[in-house]
Amino acid sequence: MQASRMTPPLSAAHSTQFVRPDRVVNDFSIQVATVNGSGSQTANNVLMRSIFQMGVPVSGKNLFPSNIAGLPTWFTIRASSQGYIGRKKEVDFVVAMNPETAREDVMNLLPGAAAVYDAPLKLNELRDDLHFYPVPFDALVGPVCPDAKLRKLVRNMIYDGVVAHLLGIDLEQVRKALFKQFGERKRKAAELNWGAVTAGKDYAEQHLAKTDPFRIEPMDSTAGKLIIEGNTAAALGCLFAGVTVLTWYPITPSSSLAEALITYLARFRRDPETGKATYAVVQAEDELASIGMAIGAGWAGARSMTCTSGPGISLMSEFVGLAYYAEIPVVLIDVQRVGPSTGLPTRTMQGDSFSNAFLSHGDTMHPVLFPSSPEECFTMAQEAFDLAEFFQTPVFVNMDLDLGMNNWMSEPFPYPEKPIERGKVLTAEDLERLGGFARYKDVDGDGVPYRTLPGTPHPKAAYFTRGTGHNDNATYSEREDDWIKGVDRLARKFETLRSRAPQPEAVDAPNASIGLICTGTSRYAVEESCDQLSREYGIPASRLRIKAFPFSPSIGEFIDRHDRVYVVDQNRDAQLLMMLRLELSPERIARLRSVRYYGGLPLDARTVTDSIVSQEGL
Amino acid sequence: MSAAPSLPKKLNRAGLEIIPYRGSKTTLCAGCGHNSITERLIEAFWELGVEPWRVAKLSGIGCSSKTPAYFLSQSHGFNAVHGRAPTVATGTLLANHQLMCVVVSGDGDTASIGIGHFMHMLRRNVPLIYVIENNGVYGLTKGQFSATADLGSKLKTGTVNQLHPVDCCLAGIEMGATYIARSFSGDKRQLSAILKGAIAHNGLSIIDVISPCVTFNDHEGSTKSYAWMKDHDEPLHEVDFVPSFEDISVEIEEGESRVVRLHDGSRLLLHKLERDYDPSNKIHALEVLHEAERRNEVLTGVIYVDRNRPNFTEMLDLVDQPLATLPEARVRPTRAVLDQINEEFR
Repeated sequence: MQASRMTPPLSAAHSTQFVRPDRVVNDFSIQVATVNGSGSQTANNVLMRSIFQMGVPVSGKNLFPSNIAGLPTWFTIRASSQGYIGRKKEVDFVVAMNPETAREDVMNLLPGAAAVYDAPLKLNELRDDLHFYPVPFDALVGPVCPDAKLRKLVRNMIYDGVVAHLLGIDLEQVRKALFKQFGERKRKAAELNWGAVTAGKDYAEQHLAKTDPFRIEPMDSTAGKLIIEGNTAAALGCLFAGVTVLTWYPITPSSSLAEALITYLARFRRDPETGKATYAVVQAEDELASIGMAIGAGWAGARSMTCTSGPGISLMSEFVGLAYYAEIPVVLIDVQRVGPSTGLPTRTMQGDSFSNAFLSHGDTMHPVLFPSSPEECFTMAQEAFDLAEFFQTPVFVNMDLDLGMNNWMSEPFPYPEKPIERGKVLTAEDLERLGGFARYKDVDGDGVPYRTLPGTPHPKAAYFTRGTGHNDNATYSEREDDWIKGVDRLARKFETLRSRAPQPEAVDAPNASIGLICTGTSRYAVEESCDQLSREYGIPASRLRIKAFPFSPSIGEFIDRHDRVYVVDQNRDAQLLMMLRLELSPERIARLRSVRYYGGLPLDARTVTDSIVSQEGL
Repeated sequence: MSAAPSLPKKLNRAGLEIIPYRGSKTTLCAGCGHNSITERLIEAFWELGVEPWRVAKLSGIGCSSKTPAYFLSQSHGFNAVHGRAPTVATGTLLANHQLMCVVVSGDGDTASIGIGHFMHMLRRNVPLIYVIENNGVYGLTKGQFSATADLGSKLKTGTVNQLHPVDCCLAGIEMGATYIARSFSGDKRQLSAILKGAIAHNGLSIIDVISPCVTFNDHEGSTKSYAWMKDHDEPLHEVDFVPSFEDISVEIEEGESRVVRLHDGSRLLLHKLERDYDPSNKIHALEVLHEAERRNEVLTGVIYVDRNRPNFTEMLDLVDQPLATLPEARVRPTRAVLDQINEEFR
């Protein structure tokens, strides 16, 4: 079930009797192996975008080390005419630029795959069952890049030209993608790089005879769509949620979310008349401070947030318990990475489901949202703020590195329809009319009390916020009955939230006796796996994607409609399954099975399918 | 209820009696220095006529951190997490930079568990009043040394402190706070003037108040006891505070007193004792503190004032209206902006 090693591609030993057709159109994966810090990211993004611009559904996965320069990195582009955008295990077309990994990169390919490589590496001597394309990159880069210092960066653009020629990618689309990537301000750099692309194309045209079956042909499946990273999408969600305070501490893989948001705030949230900021951003001294500041700001009425990853969440634990018990709104976006400890900082995992749902000591429970796509990063960021302010509680948004840091196709983001929800906040006029208020009293029967903001000009506005025991009036209390009343109301509030949180999305297959349940980015592997099960094994499989904790009652109903339900987890301990077990009846629990992957790479469909097939005894 | 006619009530500039400036009854030990500091805070806010609803009072955890419940009952209060009140207070001011923020903390809060936050609050010059109720011990956990305990100071158990103390005033000067004072909970006049100066100051005020713990650190051998302070308190000057609204011309004798003008027009008068002391000289401020330490003296008074450094919310260049209450139209960009952004990713 789990990958045995951290570097792709996965062993070819998995597959048996693999026969390739003569033509493979828009349905294969390209892997580019380079050295970190060599500027390959630009070349890879241009390649991915070129395919996207030809109307072919595409996804890109960057597998990078925790390092600035020098260690191996792989970028995998998957083209899929059927629109599968999860990771695909098998690599069909490799571009081997890194001498350190080239041998392994080629040895792991399935027979019939293709390899573009740096000619001096002589990889063609290793195997005789692949399509080899040697390219003398050093000889080609000299003439197109007179400045020796830039050659290391420009060199990688040559493979874009080679690959485009071999796969039939429209050069005009490569040019367009390249100039978009560099932007108007870097036109000179774009011209230089375009020279390298052309040199690669010319070389391929004159010296390489195509023997492999892989081709990109125009389609019409990406019109109107965007290509965007999940972190950028989440940042935009926060921007349109009306965030006013962001406090954060740099940590991979969430830093780029904060940085994107900072850029957008500077662009779009300055007062048009005075030029002053309608937001505050603080890079704090640590995660304890970032959550402390976010809580202070939430208490005083800001739409406040922090973003972090697992190690930061661990540090925030005490403060989150305070915000839960003292009832302070705050949004925490967790871009999950592999843990425990420093773990694998640049690899993906859904490892914080359990810890976030129950973060801190004592009786605590927190809502957790599980976005699966850039669109959901955008919409759920807004929902998180609305829920936090209405329910006066910390709300987690559990993204993961795969979603946050990889490029995804996305529908354009919809403008928010609903007005911003600011929750039950009493003004001085309200207090005058009511004659006062009790901070923690359940007036409406939904468990959600009323609050006032510091600075409200009324003698009855103030109350004392504390993490120690308190009664309805926010007065210090160690009384047994006050404590129980308080935490019972918090539990009631959580029940109200259950129906207000985003509801699951279920797709029932006709006559299906098995179902799959997942959260977040596991959806891509799960959707493709359902098709594999049906196509390859004749087993119809339903699927349900959970979008939030506390769980919706409809999850139980989905389980009732199936004999066996596979809960898909991207962690060793089956955290999603554990959480479901806490809420379900023994009859329903008995139907649950587990599919787990925890090797740090984005989940792929074959892993899910193989596990289910094995458990089904097929 | 008696029907006797009541005496006319004494009101401050805001038209308020002193009652709303008081809080609930203290639960600290009788004779605790912290209670005196609470009294001075009540007086200072009442006498200057600060409307209670403009104030947010915050604290961490510990004996000192209980005290915000004992003053300004009509101000929002927040008893947060041990050592981390600076972060919560910073966030509070981000949401509403028009609030006047007072943080009461202890030496455990400030110099141990929260020293990282303390340092960064100093760097940022967060505009708030930070009072350290410094007694050299952990009270609520029954008398362990804190990081401000002096070298050679003795616990009741006989344990002698061998570690160098953290001097919060030195840290404050070095790291960027802009109003730094040390006082003694038993010096009513000095503490009152210093607190009023802090209320008038626009920037971070660090007020380190030696505040004896009568239960765990007031014995022979303690350097934070009433007796020790009686013998070792070394005032830099006599301090008077003249509020901006009191239109008094003050007679200053050349070379005898210094006038420190504060942001709101108030003035601190520093009357010379043994020497002339200029609180705007950073290097000198550091020198006198080190020198006092060498002589086993506790130097008190207004040690350093910098009126020029911008405070943290000024640096953030915020709109005038608090971020907390900005309407939707000012915080959610338009549909056209979203269209533009969508187009950039196509």
